[in-house]
This record gives sequence, C-alpha cells and structure tokens, in this order.
Amino acid sequence: MRASEPAPLLEVRELRVHFPLRGGLFGRARGIVRAVDGVSFSIAAGETLGLVGESGCGKTTLGRAVLKLVGVTSGSVRFEGQDVLAARGAKLLGIRRAMQVVFQDPWSSLNPRMTAGAIVAEGIEIHRLARAAEKQRRVAALLEQVGLPADAAGRLPHEFSGGQRQRIAVARALAVEPRFVVCDEAVSSLDVSVQAQILNLLLELRERRGLAYLFISHDLAVVRTMSRRVAVMHLGEIVEIGPADEVLARPRHPYTQALLAAVPRPRSDGEPPRLALQGEPPSPIDPPSGCRFHPRCPLARAECRAAPPPVRTAAPDHEYRCIL
Amino acid sequence: MSAPLLDVEGLRVEFAGEPGAVAAVDGVSFTIDEGQALGLVGESGCGKSATALALLRLLPAGGRIAGGRLRFRGVDLLELSNEEMRRRRGREIAMVFQEPAAALDPLFTIADQVGEALEVHEGASRREARKAAIALLERVGIPEAARRADSYPHELSGGMRQRVCIAMALACRPALLLADEPTTALDVTVQAQILELLAELRRELGMALLLISHDLALVGASCDDLAVMYAGRIVERGPAARLLERPAHPYTRGLLASRPRLDRALAAGERLAAIPGTVPDPRAWPPGCRFHPRCPIARESCRSEVPALAAVASSAVHVAACPYADEAAGAAR
Repeated sequence: MRASEPAPLLEVRELRVHFPLRGGLFGRARGIVRAVDGVSFSIAAGETLGLVGESGCGKTTLGRAVLKLVGVTSGSVRFEGQDVLAARGAKLLGIRRAMQVVFQDPWSSLNPRMTAGAIVAEGIEIHRLARAAEKQRRVAALLEQVGLPADAAGRLPHEFSGGQRQRIAVARALAVEPRFVVCDEAVSSLDVSVQAQILNLLLELRERRGLAYLFISHDLAVVRTMSRRVAVMHLGEIVEIGPADEVLARPRHPYTQALLAAVPRPRSDGEPPRLALQGEPPSPIDPPSGCRFHPRCPLARAECRAAPPPVRTAAPDHEYRCIL
Repeated sequence: MSAPLLDVEGLRVEFAGEPGAVAAVDGVSFTIDEGQALGLVGESGCGKSATALALLRLLPAGGRIAGGRLRFRGVDLLELSNEEMRRRRGREIAMVFQEPAAALDPLFTIADQVGEALEVHEGASRREARKAAIALLERVGIPEAARRADSYPHELSGGMRQRVCIAMALACRPALLLADEPTTALDVTVQAQILELLAELRRELGMALLLISHDLALVGASCDDLAVMYAGRIVERGPAARLLERPAHPYTRGLLASRPRLDRALAAGERLAAIPGTVPDPRAWPPGCRFHPRCPIARESCRSEVPALAAVASSAVHVAACPYADEAAGAAR
C-alpha cells in the first residue's frame, strides 16, 4: 500500500524479509519464513506510525529491517532520501545515528556490567559527538531529561526498577540526537502505573525534539494514545493503514475489527461477543492462498481463497486489503 | 445467606529476607461464594500471586503463612495435614498459571498429563483416564482432540497449551479455580478465546473463580467482584461494574485514569494521568497508608495511620481503605 505526503522522513517500499527455515540432519532449508512480505509505508518527520498485530505477524522483524538490523530479501528503505540498505561505512554510521531503537525488555537490552552513565555515553563516543567533560555534561542532562535521579550515572542496571531501566534505554537512544526511533513494545513489560510515565516521556520528547516514531505494540489503546496513523499487520503484510481515528474507530478490514473486538471491556449481560476470531494465527512458513486471513475470517467467501485481495480506499489516506 | 465457599481472613504471607522476614501479603481478607468470580488486581509485587499460592499451601521455598485463617467449605486449610491438603489440591481447588509451558511436563503427552489427575484423585484406570482426558481436551477446544491426545507440549501453540492446563485443572471438577495471569503470555485474540472458555466452563460446572491479573479491564470484563491490592493489602473491593464506574480509593482511581484509552486520542500537549513514583519495595513498605507517597490527596495523618476498609458512600458491598475516598470520588465528579 502506498501513502502520500511530500518527501517523507522514512520511506519503505515493497520490503521483504524471508528467512530460510533449516532443520534435519544437514541443516537443509525446509522452507521459507515470510516474516515481512511486501510492506510499504512512509513516516513524515515528527510523525508517529503505530504498528499493531499478533505475535508472529512480523512487526518486530519489520522494525529491525528498517534499521538494517536484519538481512533484507528485497525492497527498499529510504531515510531522508538515502538508501539505508545500500549504505556502508561512514554513510551507514550517519544513518545509524539518526535512527535509534528502544526494545521491549529493559532487563536484557542493557549491558549488566556497564553503569547507566557508560551505557548512555557509548553512542556519544561511537559517533564522536563530544569530548570528556562535554560528554559527562551531556550524559547528566540526558539522565535528568528522562527523569532519573542525579546519582543514576554511576549505578549498574540491576540497581534500577523496570521503569527506570526503560528510562535508561530511552536516554541511550536520545544520546545521539536521532530524528527517528523504533519503539518495539517499549512499555509492554512495565506495570500499568509506570507505563503511563514512560508513554508521557515519549510524548514529551516527540514534542520537544520533533522525533518520529515507529511505535510497535500489541496494545491497541497504547497505540491510539501514541500515534496519529496506524498500520495493522497480519502474517507479514500490512492489511490496513490510515489515520488512528479512522482505523481504530471505523476499522474496515475484518482482522482489524477482530483485534478490536478482542480487547477486554465490561460487557452487559447477554451481549454477544462481536466477531470473535476462531483459531490462531496461521504460520508464516506456508501462508494460506489468496487472502492470508481467509481461514480465520468470519466473512470469508470462496473468492477470498483464490486471489490476493485488492487494496481499497475507505477515506483519504485510509487503505485496506479486502474484497468486502 | 449460606456460608461462603472460601473465607480468607487476615492472611499474612512472609518471605525470608535480609535482615528480617518480609510480609508480601499483610492482612488480606475476602470471601468467594460458590460459583462466584472474584478478580484480584494489582501491579507486580503487590502480593496477589503469593495470596493464590498460599490458598493452595504451595508457597515457594522461603515463603510461609505467618498468620490468618483460610476456611474452605468450613474447614481451616491451615489445620489440615500435608496429606489432607494434597487430596484437596486439584480435586477441590485447582490452579492455572501464567506460563503454560512451565506448568506442563515436556516428557509426557497431553492426554497422560490431563488423565493423571483422574488416576491419582479418582482412582480411574489408565483407559478410563485417557477417555476422559480426550473428552476434556475436546471440551476446552483442542481441535481433533483424539488425534492430538498423544502430542507433547512443545508441539502445541501457547494458546493450545493453556487450554491443556485448563483441561488438567478441570479434570476433577474443582469447586474453585485459581487463575494467575492465565492470558498474559497470549495474544489478545487468543486471550479473548481463553476468557470466553473460562466463563463458559464456570457457568457449566458452577465453579468459582479467583482471577488474578494486573489488567483492570480484563478482570472487570470477566468477574462479578473485584479486589484491588496495593503493597500487600486490599485497598478496595466491590462489585466489578460499580468499582470500575465509581472507583473510590486514590490508587484505583489512579490506575484507571492512567490507562491509555482506545476510545479517545490525546489532544496536542495532553498527557496521561500517570501515578507518580514507583511501586514500593516489600522490604520497605511506607508507614501508615502504603500509597501515601504517591497519593495526590494524602494528608499528614496518612503517613502514620493505617486506614481500614470502610463502606464507600454507605454501600453495603463496596469498601475502600481510605478515609477520604468519598471526598475524592465526589471532588472528581
């Protein structure tokens, strides 16, 4: 699917990430995992695109592919007009500085032997952004900006709570002054009361620094809070994309409707569950023919099995893949 | 009214620690009637899981029940011998955990594991147990249960494994099912299926449910009553719909207010109403009301006086441990 907007910050075209599935005695390829299979979207400067979908839909792989952290099979990723996938050496280093990532698990994404200060300073050193005294000053300012106490720089990751560790991860990402940050389930492992604090921090940083986010989450309410636009991913493909107010309030694709129906909310007695999904996500190794959602779709017809669905337009900038 | 199925009174659970024992659960009381679903909600470290494990007398090493009474069908579980308790576990009170992968034995087929309880508790023969196990697997929605019966846990998805755990728990038709974050490791769509399954089974078997979760919306959708825990204590309790509509304790109010909303986007410059600070460490619970360091309406007395659960707006069923709860609820309205 395409999106309009003049000169986007990030532009992804027909991106495919396929992994060979190895097994057996000699590790021969037994099949291909189509983790990301023909994905296109763009993100403007200062904008947030929310990316939702079930586990295994390819959303994490997509986030990493955009950052050139996994090998890409085909397609293109352009950042500020530069070809990210072809970039090498100094050019790649420059792109890496502008594109950062915050991962889900603040327990495994921080080196346990490095102090919070050293973790945040690492990027500044790699990109040679500041020398000794200036570096210390910047690290202190960053830690303060993400709401950590003044003595945090000298402490090791295990001395912090989960929420504080996630603040360190955010400070690390910000240290190199990026213009784009991939947040991959960045608040999913946090307690409810702490989750709101980190979301507020990300909102504030976006306003103050004009950051753009690719905000990956399985939590639709979190995505609604963070994103102006939302993309829904199913089995390696984006099945619906558009303004959050449209996609999450007037979903067009049956899969988006089913995801929304599955969100727990108090129901009055006797009210039947809406569009409950049967079965579990099919495997990206051998995706179903035609529309990949058809085996679970409550509205599927014979033709859904035969051919991939067309891209339809529901409203300006709101597109979905379904014959209905 | 008849006596409740489960009556927990002043439960205190301690864990060995340095320098002294730490009270993870500190004076928790609640009841569950036959067939009732109670949701126990709270953030990590609030003592909700320790409460469930104490009910089964299955606390991990270092943990012990230091006080209180646990009456199940009028019998004090704490006075039973280990053998008597073992016979009740699984048969009258069963449990489903968050990680189905860890709850299943990787070396046995799913039919063996589901049937085992029937062999142990009901003296069923191997053949009878297998037949009953297949029927149970069918009931919990394992497709082609007869063919899948000889599968090993690793051959199943997370959702299917959790269904197997539920089948195991239900094998002896327990009167009470404890479910500790049973859907947290699962996708939302699968989570909805598992919750629906639990609701169906509860209606069918007349089983009571203690559903433990960090997710207020989730327990609110699945339970009759809610109890909110903070720092080892229950701070608010009441009918689910009422508690969610008219939360009284500042902590419950804060939890609800800080939730990102699906029905509304934030305006430019708007922020979520986050609760400041972090969940306290059990080794250093704050004195007085344990929520006072994070509470927006805390007063001087909150630092020293431990608030008791008291009726909210003269309700007979809705209680909160905050002397200013009515005021706070009124002010926000």
